Amino acid sequence: MSQLVFDPSKVMNIDYTLRTEYLDGLEAIKAAHKVLKEITYTPSLPDKGYTNRTLYVNVGSLEIQEKPVTQQMKDVFIGGRGFGLYHLWNAVKPTTRWNDPENEIIISPGPVSGMTQYAGTGKSLVVSLSPQTDIPIDSNVGGFYGPLLKFSGFDALELQGKSDKDIILFIDGQKGIIRIEEAPTDPVDSHVLAEILTHMYAENEKDLPNISVVSTGAAAEHSLIGMLNFSFYDRRRKCVRFKQAGRGGIGTVFRNKRIRALVIRGPQVAGDLNHPADPETIAKTGVKYHKEIRENDGSQCMMRRNGTAHIVEIMDAYDLLPVHNFQFGSHPEVHKIDSAYWQQRLTQATVDGCWYGCSMACAKGADGLTLQTGPYKGHLVSVDGPEYENAAGLGSNCGVFDPDALLELNFYCDTYGICTITYGTLTAFVMECYQRGILNKERTGGLELTWGNAAADLEMMHQMARGEGFGKIAGMGTKKMKEHFIKNGWGDPQLINDIGMENKGLEYSQYMSKESLAQQGGYALTNKGPQHDEAWLIFMDMVNKQLPTFEDKAEALYYFPLFRTWFGLNGFCKLPWNDVVPANNSEQPEAHKVPEHVQNYVDLFSATTGIKITKEDLITQSAKVYNFQRVFNIRMGKGLRLHDAAPYRSLGPVTKEEYESRAERYDQQIITEMGLDPVGKTTEEKMALHRQWRTGRFSQLMDAVYTRRGWTLDGVPTLARLQELGLDAFPEVVEVVKQHL
Amino acid sequence: MKQLVIDFQKCDAGRNCNHECELECAIKVFKVDDPAQAALQIKAYEDGGGHAVLCDQCGDCVVVCPSEALKRNKLGVVMINKSVCVGCYMCIGFCEKDAFMRNSDWITPHKCTSCGICVKVCPHGALSIVDVPEPPVRII
Repeated sequence: MSQLVFDPSKVMNIDYTLRTEYLDGLEAIKAAHKVLKEITYTPSLPDKGYTNRTLYVNVGSLEIQEKPVTQQMKDVFIGGRGFGLYHLWNAVKPTTRWNDPENEIIISPGPVSGMTQYAGTGKSLVVSLSPQTDIPIDSNVGGFYGPLLKFSGFDALELQGKSDKDIILFIDGQKGIIRIEEAPTDPVDSHVLAEILTHMYAENEKDLPNISVVSTGAAAEHSLIGMLNFSFYDRRRKCVRFKQAGRGGIGTVFRNKRIRALVIRGPQVAGDLNHPADPETIAKTGVKYHKEIRENDGSQCMMRRNGTAHIVEIMDAYDLLPVHNFQFGSHPEVHKIDSAYWQQRLTQATVDGCWYGCSMACAKGADGLTLQTGPYKGHLVSVDGPEYENAAGLGSNCGVFDPDALLELNFYCDTYGICTITYGTLTAFVMECYQRGILNKERTGGLELTWGNAAADLEMMHQMARGEGFGKIAGMGTKKMKEHFIKNGWGDPQLINDIGMENKGLEYSQYMSKESLAQQGGYALTNKGPQHDEAWLIFMDMVNKQLPTFEDKAEALYYFPLFRTWFGLNGFCKLPWNDVVPANNSEQPEAHKVPEHVQNYVDLFSATTGIKITKEDLITQSAKVYNFQRVFNIRMGKGLRLHDAAPYRSLGPVTKEEYESRAERYDQQIITEMGLDPVGKTTEEKMALHRQWRTGRFSQLMDAVYTRRGWTLDGVPTLARLQELGLDAFPEVVEVVKQHL
Repeated sequence: MKQLVIDFQKCDAGRNCNHECELECAIKVFKVDDPAQAALQIKAYEDGGGHAVLCDQCGDCVVVCPSEALKRNKLGVVMINKSVCVGCYMCIGFCEKDAFMRNSDWITPHKCTSCGICVKVCPHGALSIVDVPEPPVRII
């Protein structure tokens, strides 16, 4: 595969400071705000990464309370996702569902978050009971809210209760004020709302970067797939931008609580606000990494040029790019949305990190898009990314290869507050249902949801935002759509279940896993549902053949989910771990783990907290939280083997045309893997052989993975494993497990 | 733009020089009595050649700075505004000449600002401030 070379002369000349502005109504909106509750508090900066207190806000009763962070919380849960799960466990009962008042949304940045010297250190984790899965969801998000929350004095924010009016929670970390305001006339959609609120709460222009807004949009109110936008002020573009806590419908919970926005005004950021134990080690590690990006990114992933969309053509070349609802892995029109195109279309002459010091700078932006549809038709906007997931999910998976349409879909997903990955996968499912007659124009209310029909796709999204028509049905997500279609007798239930790409109620992210058994497990044997946050093993398994046996795959499905969980405990982004690697990485033992970077993480944690850890300790830290989350799932009535089942489309070819499009490969597998002769067999017979072989080996993989993780064959952590991790200190955790042993 | 340059035909640093340039920079600019903290570092070789770590005001650091703490002044010199610097050190990591520096006592980085203090004390007349055109902004 040829290496794409960056050619600055091809970059589109777009004035990235130009866009439609929305500040006209600011004063009237502000005047309509009414203070419902205000308290003062003493702001404080972290000590060795922790502020040692969290903030609890009940948006229903208006109770505001500080809580101490205990040593046990730090020892067992570390921070971030760990703190989120800990608070959520204490807040809910096994019978609690997403829209009950006791459900919480917890935002926690983690001890390392807010560091400015290393790439990818501004993350926070959002945890809630998901409307899609009914179990805890956690979503890793950039933007400034998390670090500014910590620098305002809190290691986590718990939001509980339900308001009966739209409210804004404002935390002023400079003045020490926490205020709940009624916000009766604020705009709904994120790109308008966050711009207005950023300017409303900043005291002057210099203060703009100290403001971050968490918001969602209209579609979060009418669907189960709402997400949260975390803002950051882009000094060069002079506009508010977003990163998304996308997966699992947390935006839906947010609006169900009638929260319009969270606004924080933090102190001005400096390089030592975490007050780390060993700033010298952090500085040296950070400078070393920045140099690595400078020297290697241009010849490796080109993240600074293309962001994550750099892999579109790589996925296509390896038959891994989802096309037409994961039926196929490549498409002849993919060149229209590959990295060569995005490199020209994305603004290059600017700084694109979603937190200070991110030299990887993948938060690219496509500026100067004039919208063609919807309530903002004619507006000139900037679009975040698109990231790979959006190019693949909104693009190839739905047969959309018009880049402007793709950008418009991306824009509206963002401002309407819906997850691009989820929307892409559920739309691909809808389009395949349309192709196969499960849906038709009558059932979709007139939407011709054929492959690549971006106009119908956009209209479905606008309907979702308005809470109307078929868009509202689609907004239930793939799992509930499957149930709806089957109940209505619109198609063969097995086919509908096979092609609806969800597990546990969450939609798959955008990789074809049919030819990677390890990735099939990487998707389905997860805590929160199929995403690539836990394990992305396709290349390791399928291309590099580094995981030939079940035990190798099981080891990878033990190690990588734990390793990657650790990012979310601390406030790290995953991408700087392996989207650039040291020049000599391939010569190192266990090169796939990027050992030098793992050591960086060990050093950064130790240097921040003053707690010396090893690479092995890192895995143990994660294992505590990972197993706690598994038990949490079981407590909520899920989390067993049956809930890890995968839709057959993720394991193998469902349809005849799918099989025949890759007949040579599949026929060969009948010979080499099954020891049979495909000659003389019909496609249906060969498909049946594949289904038997593929589901059989997936079941074998489950056995191997559960065993390696210290779980029973039903997927339940054993008491011995809980004891080993010290989780037996929590009697409730032990009680949950005992009922399933 | 104003740029500090060195002429290794004149520089005597490898032989009998006391590195007055570095010492003067450290004392007068950074208020420390340690030439290792100076914004220029000269290494001259006995054969008359040498290597100098100097900021040539290329502006790459301005491009990567996330907080807009780095800007050119009216003389074209890249200056750091310490009050908005977030101490990320991307300027250090992305400097191809290793001319952006830090030490463990200061959270903000530092570099040569073509002030000319070193020029005045060089006993060999090897240092000078020249006026050269600003290079075009690079996409980094």
